[in-house]
Amino acid sequence: MSKALNELGAHIEAKRPDCVLKWDVTHGELNIDVAPANIKGFVEFLQTDRSCQFSSLVDITAVDYPARPKRFDVVYHFLSMYQNHRIRLRLAVREDEMVPSITDVTPSANWFEREVFDMFGILFSGHPDLRRILTDYGFRGYPLRKDFPTTGYTEVRYDEEQKRVVYEPVSLTQEYRQFDFMSPWEGAEYVLPGDEKSDDAAKGA
Amino acid sequence: MDGSTFEDALTGEQKIRNFNINFGPQHPAAHGVLRLVLELDGEIVERCDPHIGLLHRGTEKLMESRTYLQNLPYFDRLDYVAPMNQEHAWCLAIEKLTGIEVPRRASLIRVLFCEVGRILNHLMNVCTQALDVGALTPITLGFEYREQLMVFYERACGARLHAAYFRPGGVHQDLTPEFLDDLEAWCPTFLEFMNDLEGLLTENRIYKQRNVDIGVVTEQDIKDYGFSGVMVRGSGLAWDLRRAQPYECYDEFDFQVPVGKNGDCYDRYLCRMAEMRESTSIIQQAITKLREPEGQGDVLARGKFTPPKRGDMKTSMEALIHHFKLYTEGFHVPEGEVYCAVEAPKGEFGVYLVADGTNKPYRAKLRAPGYLHLQAMDYMCKGHQLADVAAIIGTMDVVFGEIDR
Repeated sequence: MSKALNELGAHIEAKRPDCVLKWDVTHGELNIDVAPANIKGFVEFLQTDRSCQFSSLVDITAVDYPARPKRFDVVYHFLSMYQNHRIRLRLAVREDEMVPSITDVTPSANWFEREVFDMFGILFSGHPDLRRILTDYGFRGYPLRKDFPTTGYTEVRYDEEQKRVVYEPVSLTQEYRQFDFMSPWEGAEYVLPGDEKSDDAAKGA
Repeated sequence: MDGSTFEDALTGEQKIRNFNINFGPQHPAAHGVLRLVLELDGEIVERCDPHIGLLHRGTEKLMESRTYLQNLPYFDRLDYVAPMNQEHAWCLAIEKLTGIEVPRRASLIRVLFCEVGRILNHLMNVCTQALDVGALTPITLGFEYREQLMVFYERACGARLHAAYFRPGGVHQDLTPEFLDDLEAWCPTFLEFMNDLEGLLTENRIYKQRNVDIGVVTEQDIKDYGFSGVMVRGSGLAWDLRRAQPYECYDEFDFQVPVGKNGDCYDRYLCRMAEMRESTSIIQQAITKLREPEGQGDVLARGKFTPPKRGDMKTSMEALIHHFKLYTEGFHVPEGEVYCAVEAPKGEFGVYLVADGTNKPYRAKLRAPGYLHLQAMDYMCKGHQLADVAAIIGTMDVVFGEIDR
């Protein structure tokens, strides 16, 4: 399996050296890093090439790495029902960068790109209808970014007096629980509550 | 008509404007909380804009702050018609990254329950779709068999619906011999019921009028819109992940992949009926294999990823510590990214898992087949009558738990 994928990876790199930045086969899956500007032509090539024939788009999603200068990875999965293999394309993009939409090449990319826009705020140039899709009408913010809190910013309830649903800032009756799983035996350095007093006491004495 | 352009009823030509209606979110044929904004020309659908997300619960965001094991029950709540098939994809993804070998007995039990899930799903779909197009009887009969299968779910894991039965490394608990006997006895009664159901629907004149040549899917549409599952097989392509990219121990089982010819709603119905028969046969084969000596043994790959045996915990301190650590801290999954797909009853259900070496997934993307199917609504419904929209939604097999996530 992975031998065939290695051959396929080498074949793709030989045919389109301008698009492929890097490729590897890990966990029996073929990954290719692609330059964002070339994605549209590259997907078209993957669909038409005889030994690729990646006919169906399986998924488009993104991963947020806030620490990197190119913050997002946009990830495409393709499947070939004819050759029976899969491929994963990765695009590293900056926060202010636009990604060319591939809706012209595969219409099924439409909702996936809307979802990525909705969840991460990545803009797709040339998309026919880039609206929010999963979140509420009038929602603000991009929920799947790492800096978005899991609780969100607003909560809704039905107001009996106004006879309508009202939006309010989130108020938690209990602090949101964040557990620290770093083991103290494996080099976690933190001050346990109460420890700072013992230091003061030591100084005083 | 707004009346301003109305001139004379006898001579003047009236300007007719297209009519916009809202279909759902509280429509019984919408199979959940789907809101369709339909633009109608008379009774013909001109444009169809699905509004989804009314059941969005932020599963993917929630998963990022929970351990791998705590995330498992979220999968039951995606496609709540066939819960265990979703769990399966999650377990496979974790097992691929960590390299856990699933014991043979657990593997057989998984196959067995995946097929039970397939029957649960197809029964629901066929019966409610028949209801949408006017056949009232099938749902009253079919749901009784769904109920019986849920009792089997309950006997295996204690829950009728939200099972949390498949675990990374195997399944939660072993099946008893009585369970296997009862399930085996259930199979022939179900096949008999299938004959009744086919008698009610397959040659029914009204049912055929409502379904034949409605919502035709061609091979090009499959490629363009990324269809999977019955939406592909109904059009004559024998594409089934259980056969094409075998996972678990499906390669040992003898089953057919039923395909349709015309790709219309009726062929998809026929495919589902044939698949239920195939699933019953797989269940029977799995029961036989579970009784063989090779099918005996443990149902969990014992180690750091699975809990210790109850008996060990009573006597061994290490086992007790391990149990505590497993259910509080959870296990750590090595860094990497994988995509694992299973042939869920609705199509290809996949999990894209990015792990960063901690006890929580860095990012998990759930790929639901219904999302792509519903996306094609506009394309499929154009030019059909309003009444056909219900038939098309029915055979697309959409469930909003997985689409909205």
